[in-house]
Amino acid sequence: MKLVQVRKDSYYDSVFLMLASRGVQKLPGVTEAIVAMATPMNLDLLGDLGFDPASLAGLTPNDLIVAIDADDEAQATAAAQEALAGLNRKKADTAQGNGLPRVPSLGAARRLLPDANLALVSVPGAWAAREARKCLEAGLHTLVFSDNVSLEDEIALKKYAVSKDLLLMGPDCGTAIINGIPLCFANRVQRGAIGLVAASGTGLQEVSCLIDDYGAGISQAIGTGGRDLKNAAVGGMTSLLAIKALALDPDTSVIVVVSKPPAPDVAKRVVAALRASGKPAVAHFLGLPPSPDEGNVAFAANLEECAVLATLLADGRHDLRAARAALAEGPGDDRFRRPSLQRIDTLAAAEAARLSPQQKYLRGLYTGGTLADETLFLAHAALGGARSNNQTDPAWQLADPLKSVGHTIVDLGDDIFTVGKPHPMIDPAARADRIAQEGADPACAVLLLDVVLGYGSHADPAGACVEAIQTAKAAAAKRGGYLPVVASVTGTRNDPQDFGQQVRTLEAAGVIVMPSNYRAARLAIAIIQAAAHARRTA
Amino acid sequence: MSDQTALHGLFGSDSRIINLGLENFAANAAASGASAVQVDWRLPAGGDQRAVAALDKLAAGAKVDIEAANAEGLRRILAAKPTIVGIGLARDVVPGMAQDLILHAGPPVSWEKMCGPLRGAVIGGLIYEGLAKTPAEAEALAASGQIRFDPCHHHDAVGPMAGVMTASMPVWIIENQTFGNRAYCTLNEGLGKVLRYGAYSEEVLERLRWMASDLAPILSDALQAKGPIDMKSIIAQVLQMGDEGHNRNRAGTSLIIRELAPYLVMLDYPKEKIAKVLSFLNANDHFFLNLTMPSAKCTVDAAAGIEGCSLITTMARNGTEFGIRLSGLSGRWFTGPAGVVDGLYLPGFGAADAARDIGDSVITETSGIGGFAMAAAPAIVKFVGGSPQDAIDITKRMYEICVGENNVYQIPVLDFRGTPTGIDVRKVVETGILPAINTGIAHKTPGIGMVGAGLVKPPENAFRDALIAFAEKYAR
Repeated sequence: MKLVQVRKDSYYDSVFLMLASRGVQKLPGVTEAIVAMATPMNLDLLGDLGFDPASLAGLTPNDLIVAIDADDEAQATAAAQEALAGLNRKKADTAQGNGLPRVPSLGAARRLLPDANLALVSVPGAWAAREARKCLEAGLHTLVFSDNVSLEDEIALKKYAVSKDLLLMGPDCGTAIINGIPLCFANRVQRGAIGLVAASGTGLQEVSCLIDDYGAGISQAIGTGGRDLKNAAVGGMTSLLAIKALALDPDTSVIVVVSKPPAPDVAKRVVAALRASGKPAVAHFLGLPPSPDEGNVAFAANLEECAVLATLLADGRHDLRAARAALAEGPGDDRFRRPSLQRIDTLAAAEAARLSPQQKYLRGLYTGGTLADETLFLAHAALGGARSNNQTDPAWQLADPLKSVGHTIVDLGDDIFTVGKPHPMIDPAARADRIAQEGADPACAVLLLDVVLGYGSHADPAGACVEAIQTAKAAAAKRGGYLPVVASVTGTRNDPQDFGQQVRTLEAAGVIVMPSNYRAARLAIAIIQAAAHARRTA
Repeated sequence: MSDQTALHGLFGSDSRIINLGLENFAANAAASGASAVQVDWRLPAGGDQRAVAALDKLAAGAKVDIEAANAEGLRRILAAKPTIVGIGLARDVVPGMAQDLILHAGPPVSWEKMCGPLRGAVIGGLIYEGLAKTPAEAEALAASGQIRFDPCHHHDAVGPMAGVMTASMPVWIIENQTFGNRAYCTLNEGLGKVLRYGAYSEEVLERLRWMASDLAPILSDALQAKGPIDMKSIIAQVLQMGDEGHNRNRAGTSLIIRELAPYLVMLDYPKEKIAKVLSFLNANDHFFLNLTMPSAKCTVDAAAGIEGCSLITTMARNGTEFGIRLSGLSGRWFTGPAGVVDGLYLPGFGAADAARDIGDSVITETSGIGGFAMAAAPAIVKFVGGSPQDAIDITKRMYEICVGENNVYQIPVLDFRGTPTGIDVRKVVETGILPAINTGIAHKTPGIGMVGAGLVKPPENAFRDALIAFAEKYAR
């Protein structure tokens, strides 16, 4: 079926014509489609293709021809209509999704934002060092979120950064708050006088959120990357530069350092730098027994104490001794609404009374690595040993990270769980599965969870695990027991997730929500201890 | 660190962020009140470790001052003053031209490896020169080894599409009046069945003969009467009239007719002959292309051969391979397979008919017009994907791979910003942003002619190989 339509005196540029032809050729049933001006050459062509010469008579190059060869008349007519419509169609406005200015290169970005002072690098690890160096060379302070950067590259980058008085946060730095702007995985905390330096991601989040909750605020929070203090060759280059900068910062009155155990020599230098700052300072080295305070430097025993001490020191009314005195736990909840250890013990006893005798073990399922470590250190000491994929002692490492044995604290953000999958803070589905798995284990006595809010995290991490929690609780009930579930929510009231709603969601599912990971861990451990005591006395 | 402030005053100021990687990080920072720019990051050199190593070696230190060499290259390109000074016969004016020599577009290629359109043009050229009587005879001669083939670029010349130039063809003579170097190009034959698309029928040869017997002498006489024509000024004008100097030449052709018409009508030729010349020019929008090409050629040639200069001074295709040459690596071609043009087709043709990318016309892009000036040519933006914004984006992207901006060629819609000029091979490889090239599409079968036009992606490996060779020579 050959159809010819003509529009007299309708000039179109050949490009538009070719485009219209192309669009129509794809339509069903169309074997040939020519949308063209009636030039002698095109008229010849149409004649050669067998279109009716009568329908082409008397046309001039100013006339538009739509010639369609299709299987049937309906298809031909539809194609001709589409061709004419196509000629007049404007390309739909392609609005830029989030309104961010986008440029093809670092150079173009610098031209667009000439006074830029900070670069975020989250490109694949193999390329991160190269990009970070270019950012540093451009005079930008640089946060490297990417991991898998070699130790050699980290050392070279940090040496270069220090020589230019530039901050190189990371590699593998998941969080920071610079000038009130939360970066990567960070929370919206109020601004204040406490400067944080942290070699641990969720450690920084937990301390900054607790400080916010206690009514104080953060001046700057600098992530350094996990190796900065731990590795003697890196030598705390970023931490030391950050401490010096906070010492000089008029908006910072208290300096806090949070880290996994540093290399001994590095720890000495960090403490020396804190002492030299002349400002009240708090240090917390996870897993190390707290040393006695030194001059202006307090050593906190856990993340929560770190936040409490910093808050007290920042109010200008407490010196270190007064802060220590105010810290002492009384029988009731304190001014920071922390449930007292005495109340925790009472609560634990009530929960333990509902367990069946075969329920013995603590199971901590964590999305935040530092929070997992904090719990692991507490549980390992209090319960005579706990297994974990984060254990450094091979005797206590999990043989199969997918299976809990005895008291087990799992860091689900570990590489062994995240190959080819999103981190559980982004997508908590993997943890939901693990919660159900623990619920099916008759020996599981307490489930302990973290819920981390803030930018970068899942939009509803509590909601993402309640169904699994209910399943686990139901399974325990079916066996004639009861499964206590304890959690803490790391976040602030200004985070993109609704903090209050997250807590309510958990509580509605029967979860006991504690105000810090430390308290949550203490409660979970106390339940295990109370149950063990009950078994012994029975 | 000073006594008063550390970290260059980072603390206490506002965070102004450049984000390379996960876009959410920039969006979240912006949502918290920071200014943030997202870099569309891609693997440097497409992840080619050798090319990245070459980039890093050059960045770490070079034997010569590459920036200074590139500045000199750019200075010469900007100072160039291409001027039409006459028309002559190839054998009389083109360096090294000879009866047994056929010049062609692109990097060197043997008869065996030539694509269909180039073979067709060679056949036509041999018949035109009287060296063969029939196509079969011409093919045998071409394959016999008695005919030499060489790129136009080796003879200060350029040719569109197949780019075949033989000794008896008339050529434009363009002189760069700043530096005295010249470039040559045949006269444009028009559209349809033409030699440059590989056609060699009697109709094609007849037209070529008329071009030598009538068109060239008449235009040459008019040119003699008028005197030299400043091409730089005309190209500057056409960019403000909707041409980009490669795929759209309507304004340029019109301006040339306007320049020559008063002198043409005063010549002592029969009116019919002059009228035929004017009609021929009028019927061929691309007549001006054969003037922009040698103008661009003598412009960038002035920047060739500078020690340590990483600017690209040649890009060209022969339908089999795409090749480039660098200023600082004289005499060396770096090639990759000629691409398939992403384009739109004339009535009756489709992608299955297309030959691979061919022609020296990409010399226009090399000099900073053509695809690089796409934003100036909204009338043909459909070739590049649709909207005028796409064309603007293409030109803006080209600034990322150039060391400078033209002082005379300007783009109205970019607030008369100069066109991106001086392509630095280091920037091409680093960013992975390949030169944007507008081009016509030839039918893959010799003798049919132009079937469409569009945008073509040059092979990335040619740029990487050139960079690696550059680093071998110049990195410390």
